Amino acid sequence: MIVAPARLRAGPLLVACAGLAGAALLAVLVGPVRLDPGAVLAELAGRLPLVHTTSGLSQQEAAILWELRLPRVVLGGLVGAMLAVAGVAYQGVFRNPLADPYLLGAAAGAGLGATLAIAYGPETSGWPVDLLPLAAFAGAVGGVAAAYALGRSSGTRTATALILSGVAVAAFLTAIQTYVQQRESETLREVYGWILGRLTTAGWREVALMAPYAVVGAVVILLHRRLLDVLAVGDDEASSLGLRAARVRLVVVVAATLATAAAVAVSGLIGFVGIVVPHTVRLLVGTSHRLLAPLSLVAGAAFLILADLAARTVTAPAELPIGVVTAFVGAPFFALVLRTTRRVP
Amino acid sequence: MRRSLLPLTLLVLALVAAGCGQDGSTSGAAAPAGQAATFPVTLDTPGGKLTLERQPQRIVSMSPTATEMLFAIGAGGQVTATDSNSNYPKEAPTTDLSAYEPNLEAIAGYKPDLVVYSDDPGDLAAGLGKLGIPALAQPAAKGLDDTYAQLDQLGRATGHLAEAGRLTESMRAEIQKITVGSRPERPLTYYHELDKNLYTATSSTFIGQLYKQLGMENIADAADKEGTGYPQLSAEYVVKADPDLIFLADTKCCGQSASTVAARDGWEQLTAVRSGGVVELDDDVASRWGPRVVDFLKTVAAKVESLEAVRS
Repeated sequence: MIVAPARLRAGPLLVACAGLAGAALLAVLVGPVRLDPGAVLAELAGRLPLVHTTSGLSQQEAAILWELRLPRVVLGGLVGAMLAVAGVAYQGVFRNPLADPYLLGAAAGAGLGATLAIAYGPETSGWPVDLLPLAAFAGAVGGVAAAYALGRSSGTRTATALILSGVAVAAFLTAIQTYVQQRESETLREVYGWILGRLTTAGWREVALMAPYAVVGAVVILLHRRLLDVLAVGDDEASSLGLRAARVRLVVVVAATLATAAAVAVSGLIGFVGIVVPHTVRLLVGTSHRLLAPLSLVAGAAFLILADLAARTVTAPAELPIGVVTAFVGAPFFALVLRTTRRVP
Repeated sequence: MRRSLLPLTLLVLALVAAGCGQDGSTSGAAAPAGQAATFPVTLDTPGGKLTLERQPQRIVSMSPTATEMLFAIGAGGQVTATDSNSNYPKEAPTTDLSAYEPNLEAIAGYKPDLVVYSDDPGDLAAGLGKLGIPALAQPAAKGLDDTYAQLDQLGRATGHLAEAGRLTESMRAEIQKITVGSRPERPLTYYHELDKNLYTATSSTFIGQLYKQLGMENIADAADKEGTGYPQLSAEYVVKADPDLIFLADTKCCGQSASTVAARDGWEQLTAVRSGGVVELDDDVASRWGPRVVDFLKTVAAKVESLEAVRS
């Protein structure tokens, strides 16, 4: 086991932040509709305090920038950051390199919640927020809670018991979802559209909706990054070091679940981010969570911003489902991770 | 990850199935006009020849479009059961039968002497074949000619060829009347919405061809490089294209309306939103290729006319 370096190296983090800033800037400048880059920069600068510029963007182009492109970049960054840091957390607490944010039934729960909202939910056009993200959020949290309760009831309280109950809960919830879909077949289209994962209709509302959970989830995981390192040696060894493994696992799982649920609620199910990003970061800087967690957070944001940039420009003005882009990059990577699993704890 | 790919595959398959319906060629010559009720008849179907020994009296329709056609040609009385989505006309004997997951036993339970279907997601046709139940495929039409051909085929199959012929003729005449004359000087642009994730239909699709007959221009045509007919547009592009008209074919499935469209980020200043050019369609009428395409064309033509009147 590689012992973690004692202090947090700032270098890689600075590089990652610079990369994120570059990705975000590129994503704001480039899109299916060509906006003059100089005008976009002037328009953005014009919103800064004490700066007065006229950008020359038409009202329509300004709307495209402020109401469509910018919130999408911000939301993509938030979702990517959450999925990546949740991936780190799940891989850490379960000591399983192939664990991902959807491992414990978050995806199945969110899918069921969304399906129920679409099939039986009341008309919500007058509401301040849609029912759909709330239902997906509740479903994701509920799915993981059910898995946790089931895992606990097995009496062993080990990581394996929790993973297995996650599998059982996911299968059960998916069965209900499929049944509802079959009963209410006119909802099929909307349910699939949701499950595919999308940032296509992202707006500031979604950003505001997800931000609080994202912040809480990320902060808790980051605060526990040292304990994740201790947990890496195994439950028994961690206990002998004075760590209550099950308790740490619970706190981190709750935080990661909040982060995942918030991401899923606004963007549907986007796969592979929680696997690809943490593993790439591990290959680059090693396995200590001290650096792995914050770096994955930043890299995840940059990765999804770029993936979404590809999704909306490769076939512009048509869209590629973002899940296709992340899977296209992620699936080959997944195979690579499997091959090198022995080197990754 | 595995979970998120399966629905994608299904969706793609559904879109492909909807877009690439085979040519419903029908040239069954066994029943000449005037002796429509003479059986047996032999029909040419994509899967080979289909012979009906007697006039079907217990038809099961697994396709909402076929249900509409059967009732429109006067064969409604011979329909015993229809799938769960056959919600028109009112008299249709709608059941729980699912066209997405057809249950062979449940269908056979109605003792049908003819089953009409549009998609075959499982082995519906093969299964019905084993049970000796005649099955007639009427896949999604690519154009109006397919619609007329399918009406003709259903007319032969049910012994209502004369009615089918009259219906086809009156449809042709009405469509002719609607489309002639409604040719605006500058073509109106439009966006036909299939769901709120901005999936749309291009003018190569069945519905797109109808708009084209009214001299309208589809903003999605530029986006369909793969030629699926059903691309997903980016919101930026729709706002930039600023279509004259927005047609919502997702009012029933997904609760969209002129007001929800106006509430979308960045959409409030679109021409169509400001000038009342958002048209709420009936999802069903806009997605079926039966006799009600005439109603659809009337709705669109009326809207085009009123917009032209405002303009001039």
